[in-house]
Amino acid sequence: MSEATPKRAQLEVRDLEVAVDGKQILAGVSLSIPKGEVHALMGPNGAGKTSLGYAVMGHPKYQVTGGEIRWKDQSLIGMLPENRARMGLFLSLQYPTAIPGVTTVNFIRAALKGQGKSLPARDFLKLVRDQMTALKMDHAFMSRYINDNFSGGEKKRMEILQLAVLRPEMAILDETDSGLDVDALRTVAEGVNRVRTDGMGILIITHYQRILDYVKPDRVHVMAAGRVIASGGGELVDQIEKDGYDPMLREAGLEIDAAAGAATG
Amino acid sequence: MAVAAKDLTKDYKYGFNDGDEFVFRAERGLSPEVVADISRRKSEPAWMLEFRLKALEHFRQRPMPSWGADLSGIDFDDIYYYVRPAEEQGRTWDEVPEGIKRTFDRLGIPEAERKFLAGVSAQYESEVVYHSIREDLEKLGVLFCDCDTGLREHPEIFRKYFGTVIPPNDNKFAALNSATWSGGSFVYVPKGVRVEIPLQAYFRINTESMGQFERTLIIAEEGSFVHYIEGCTAPTYSKDSLHSAVVEIIAMPNSHVRYTTIQNWSNNVYNLVTKRAIAKEHAVVEWIDGNLGSKVTMKYPSIYLMGEGAHGEVLSVAFAGDGQHQDAGAKIIHVAPNTTSTIVSKSVSKGTGRTSYRGHLKVYPKAHNVKSSVRCDALLLDEQARSDTYPYMDVEAEDVQIGHEATVSKVGDEQLFYLQSRGISEQEATAMIVNGFIEPFVKELPMEYALELNRLISLQMEGSVG
Repeated sequence: MSEATPKRAQLEVRDLEVAVDGKQILAGVSLSIPKGEVHALMGPNGAGKTSLGYAVMGHPKYQVTGGEIRWKDQSLIGMLPENRARMGLFLSLQYPTAIPGVTTVNFIRAALKGQGKSLPARDFLKLVRDQMTALKMDHAFMSRYINDNFSGGEKKRMEILQLAVLRPEMAILDETDSGLDVDALRTVAEGVNRVRTDGMGILIITHYQRILDYVKPDRVHVMAAGRVIASGGGELVDQIEKDGYDPMLREAGLEIDAAAGAATG
Repeated sequence: MAVAAKDLTKDYKYGFNDGDEFVFRAERGLSPEVVADISRRKSEPAWMLEFRLKALEHFRQRPMPSWGADLSGIDFDDIYYYVRPAEEQGRTWDEVPEGIKRTFDRLGIPEAERKFLAGVSAQYESEVVYHSIREDLEKLGVLFCDCDTGLREHPEIFRKYFGTVIPPNDNKFAALNSATWSGGSFVYVPKGVRVEIPLQAYFRINTESMGQFERTLIIAEEGSFVHYIEGCTAPTYSKDSLHSAVVEIIAMPNSHVRYTTIQNWSNNVYNLVTKRAIAKEHAVVEWIDGNLGSKVTMKYPSIYLMGEGAHGEVLSVAFAGDGQHQDAGAKIIHVAPNTTSTIVSKSVSKGTGRTSYRGHLKVYPKAHNVKSSVRCDALLLDEQARSDTYPYMDVEAEDVQIGHEATVSKVGDEQLFYLQSRGISEQEATAMIVNGFIEPFVKELPMEYALELNRLISLQMEGSVG
């Protein structure tokens, strides 16, 4: 990776400030992801990584108080989440919500319809079944209520299933790897790689190197205290694996405790 | 979460009226003369006239209930207590007056009859104007007719059971119905006969300030099965109408009765209904009770578990939009040992809508080994929406297992965001969450009704996003 010839950004976050209930969570985040690139976002707990994902997707609790989020040269500020999804953005949640009474198959069908991507019933069911098979999911999940009484691992697979069916242009994966055992992680990571063809951009939010062994990042960013404190190539991951975040935090002039406590994660 | 308050009547598609469509209408108000006139026009036996007049006296003496919903808007003097829409009851739709037939066409009744019903009864104002039952059922001895016909043509069975489950002095509105009743259904299922396809009754009010007082009596003999479904709608008027029904069910040993209601009155109808069943040994009675419409509903379907091993279930859903109050619930009385019961109540309040769950569970001292579970879930869609729970329990036996759970939740920001982040609009997302919430109710309905209910809920969500 080199800094020399930066490609044109598809997702651009500039000096983004975000508050939740009046409390500042993001304090000027800047990040650019060119089309089709894989970026990793790391950092200690409470650095603001999840908040960045929510802000990009338009969660109403995350109020943008400054800066800009642009997707394909269009500002996303003030745009409803459903419209962001229709423009090709996807967020895999760290803790996906259960919706009792709404089956997985109805949920996914409604999502495709909402995005103007409805398929004939037979094609739709085949697509969902094939992707479930690839993710080693029991087809019985189709008629279960989405995420209702699912295990942590089952919820993560359910997110990747949606990713595989919805085929967004840019996916933010928020700790999709956490809580997965080695085999489950491989299945999920392979799932991501399978759908990643033809230029899907990915932002992987993670604490661990493991998933990045499967989905190789083009660039790595480190967040702390509500902003990006370091960006670089794969070597950053090795560095973090070896020394932890402390040297980077010191270099950024951050108190180590404060860096971890600034945000809600 | 911001679903703005909104006038639900805008989405009520059954609010049309047919103008005046009747051959006789009693003068407004209630008197012994009006009651006697109803009885005379129906050529009833003397005992029924006496029954009616006694009930009227009780109605007059009985105070309005001091609990429950606000009923102060009812003006008993301004109501038409009897309106006869046609001279004769039709056996084919062609025999039904054109205007009335058109209304039932718009409501989809003849179509439903062709597709998936074993028998249909259509009541318009005070009388059943159309009635049919499949020939094979008739040959097996199944009776399905309006209650007036039941009294006239099957007097022995009728008189043996009529008024035995809900006596006229049970409550003020049961007394009112007993004095003024007309139409409704009389169902008799002989021993061992299983009516596998539902029978349906449809109740339509057309006149402004109408009082509809249908009376239903269902007798399921030993080992029989019947599923009875009722639906109801009315035009939207500025003046209030009154619907006050009485439904009595007698479930003989080992029989199974399922009674499904989709109540969708317009928002100017007071819906004050008494429904009660008696379950004998090992009988099963289920009330599947959906309340979407009306201005005020007070209705607590009840089951008296009189025989050992009997089982009762009340599964209800209430939807209260702006200005509506659904005061609904269930009563289960365990009289015999080894009886079991389940109550599941789901309520949704939107805008200024209000839902109340009012339940009564009673276990008599000799009813040992009783099992019962009560679950009430309320979903609030707006800040002003309101939901209350009044669960009364009165347990006099010792070895009982009773579970009670109640939850109140709001449509969650996280659920909405999750759906929206997948490209689903807020309105659609809210409807999905609400339909998901009532799914345990919906899945008990025949498919055609399930689809209709989901559609009605989505309709009520339309344009509701602020």
